[in-house]
Amino acid sequence: MAEMLSGADMLIRALQDEGVDYLFGYPGGAALHIYDAIFRQQKVEHILVRHEQAATHMADGYARATGRPGVVLVTSGPGATNAITGIATAYMDSTPIVVISGQVPRNVIGTDAFQETDMVGISRPVVKHSFLVQDAQEIPEVVRKAFYIASSGRPGPVVIDVPKDTTDPNEEFPYEYPRDVSLRSYNPTTRGHGGQIRKAVNLLLRAKRPVLYTGGGIVQGNAAECLTALARLLDFPVTNTLMGLGGFPGTDRRFLGMLGMHGTFEANMAMHHADVIFAAGARFDDRVTNDPAKFCPDARIIHLDVDPASISKIVPADVPIVGPADSVLVDVLRRVEKELDRHPDAVDRAALAAWWDRIGAWRAKHGLDHDQRHRGGAPLLPQQVVQAVYRATDGDAYVTSDVGQHQMFAAQYYHFDAPRRWINSGGLGTMGFGLPAAMGVQFAHPQATVVCITGEGSFMMNMQELSTCMQYALPIKIVNLNNQALGMVKQWQDMQYGGRHSHSTYRDALPDFVHLAESFGHVGMRVRSLAELEEAIPEMFSARYADRLVFLDAWIDPDEHVYPMAIKGGAMNDMVLERDGAAAPAK
Amino acid sequence: MARRIIAVLLENEAGALSRIIGLFAQRNYNIESLTVAPTEDATLSRLTLTTAGDDSTIEQITKQLNKLIEVVKVVDLTDGDHLERELMLVKVRAEGLRRAETKRTADIFRGQIVDVTSDAYTVQLTGPSEKLDAFLRAIGQPAVIEVARSGVAGIGRGDKVLSLK
Repeated sequence: MAEMLSGADMLIRALQDEGVDYLFGYPGGAALHIYDAIFRQQKVEHILVRHEQAATHMADGYARATGRPGVVLVTSGPGATNAITGIATAYMDSTPIVVISGQVPRNVIGTDAFQETDMVGISRPVVKHSFLVQDAQEIPEVVRKAFYIASSGRPGPVVIDVPKDTTDPNEEFPYEYPRDVSLRSYNPTTRGHGGQIRKAVNLLLRAKRPVLYTGGGIVQGNAAECLTALARLLDFPVTNTLMGLGGFPGTDRRFLGMLGMHGTFEANMAMHHADVIFAAGARFDDRVTNDPAKFCPDARIIHLDVDPASISKIVPADVPIVGPADSVLVDVLRRVEKELDRHPDAVDRAALAAWWDRIGAWRAKHGLDHDQRHRGGAPLLPQQVVQAVYRATDGDAYVTSDVGQHQMFAAQYYHFDAPRRWINSGGLGTMGFGLPAAMGVQFAHPQATVVCITGEGSFMMNMQELSTCMQYALPIKIVNLNNQALGMVKQWQDMQYGGRHSHSTYRDALPDFVHLAESFGHVGMRVRSLAELEEAIPEMFSARYADRLVFLDAWIDPDEHVYPMAIKGGAMNDMVLERDGAAAPAK
Repeated sequence: MARRIIAVLLENEAGALSRIIGLFAQRNYNIESLTVAPTEDATLSRLTLTTAGDDSTIEQITKQLNKLIEVVKVVDLTDGDHLERELMLVKVRAEGLRRAETKRTADIFRGQIVDVTSDAYTVQLTGPSEKLDAFLRAIGQPAVIEVARSGVAGIGRGDKVLSLK
């Protein structure tokens, strides 16, 4: 005989059966039966946030750091709408989260009841799928399907909207958790097409100027190891998208750095001049391609993606491969190994050597060397702060960021050698993501060093979570690149709007961040010079503060810009390399 | 910008249709007409929509439709030989001299008069959309009182089948 449980108990039991350890949430009327079920069990630990948006970012950070779905519980109405930004963030970056929202009872749905909102409708454009529970007895199956859909194929957020009456503690039903799930209308591809893989390998082996351009799909698809083996075997250069950093070791000599709008000179030049580009788990985002019509004119393009709709969406692929990054790259690697066994000269080594020489010359030209541009005496630079954090953490921290200049500096100057270490909102570009995402990572990895590199603008969008950090004693290290402005907006206004800083500064209205952090029981520090920085950074990461949250307020040069920067409407080789500089030469 | 007829088999579930409509709105694809009804298998609905776009847009439309969890199968009927039919009910002014003329025009188009008043006919007409358009032109705008069109339903010719099997 199956055990008899209420809808609320079934919901929590189903989460236990999914192996969920943390549930990030905020209670409210429509979710109270569920909250009572949480109270009466020990397996799933509920983390009480201060704002539902932060709950979704925590679940998202947890998912990105572990590969397992993050889970959120919110109430109906404002609880649900507050969760939307985080759901959209997860959707754009294809991270698996499951968001459970309370809903008003079925008999009042559609009557504009208190705290009623059409959650399925309002979230529809930003979810992979959603469920409105129609009957308490379907709860176990809906939960099973939600986790399966969220984490398979191209991952994404799934919403389960639960009317309050389906969680009524007085109505019990037999509980059985479905072992398998099958959906006739949803069968994600599990293997790449053999013929396409053969074509891709032939193209790769004949390449004279190859580039491996890889994105978040490598990280999410657990294919970093295989990509690394392939690049090393062929001795091909690799560039990563913002989402793909860590998918290939950042300290490997074959790594060209990030590409795109703020990508390195060498990465963008290599892309523009390549004859074969292998795009793996990347989607030709506009922040990468610049004008797609001018994109990499000489390149034949192999495009691997688990989502067929990503292929040839922006740039037509010559060799499309639909499939999961890990299994396809294993197939590609095996085939390359076999070809090289049979024909050791299959790769044109001379052409490749000449290609590496050209790349070397590009590297020497810019190579992110900000020190060349700022000799001595200058105010503290954001790049120096990121470099100091990199050194103090041995390049081995989990780093989350928010959105703006600090995000680009972190992506450029912190070199990630492993996947799932760099966690940021790439697609939606959500300010306020960094701190809650770091919290999700810290819950997933309690012993790890977790750094949130943020700016004061982004930080203030979710700073209420300092209270949650106090409640759960999270020892996150927050590095606030404080330029007293919305730096990226200001940079665009400098470059494109004649320096008119329309609503991008608030110099006299900032809080004292040191006291702010201290008021929440945390440690606050402030630095304004390189000398102070070099003292503070080792201290904040020292054993003394191993179990404390430390907030470092780093006052940096407010006029610093992020370079290189793509010239709008150009090709990938159209870049500005320095302040007031001319466009980079096209060769 | 070719006109295309796309047929979709989807789970007959609450909310499935709204996902399809939402997809078109969200990605700025156009819908000229749309019909939907359950099939002989009550768990499935069949939807036929007409849209227009260049090849890459149509490719994206079919890929994005396929991504929806509740969509079982998608076929672009305009890729091959196919039949398309639309049903129209049109109320036409039919007074005096015009009364006989309207009847004749309906006969020519193989329409049926399904309701009659002293000054109007309601004509039922089926066929490809162009035939329906041609009938309306033949009747002339001033005589048309009200038009109800079903939108296009389509099916592949010969052995081609859109079903679960």
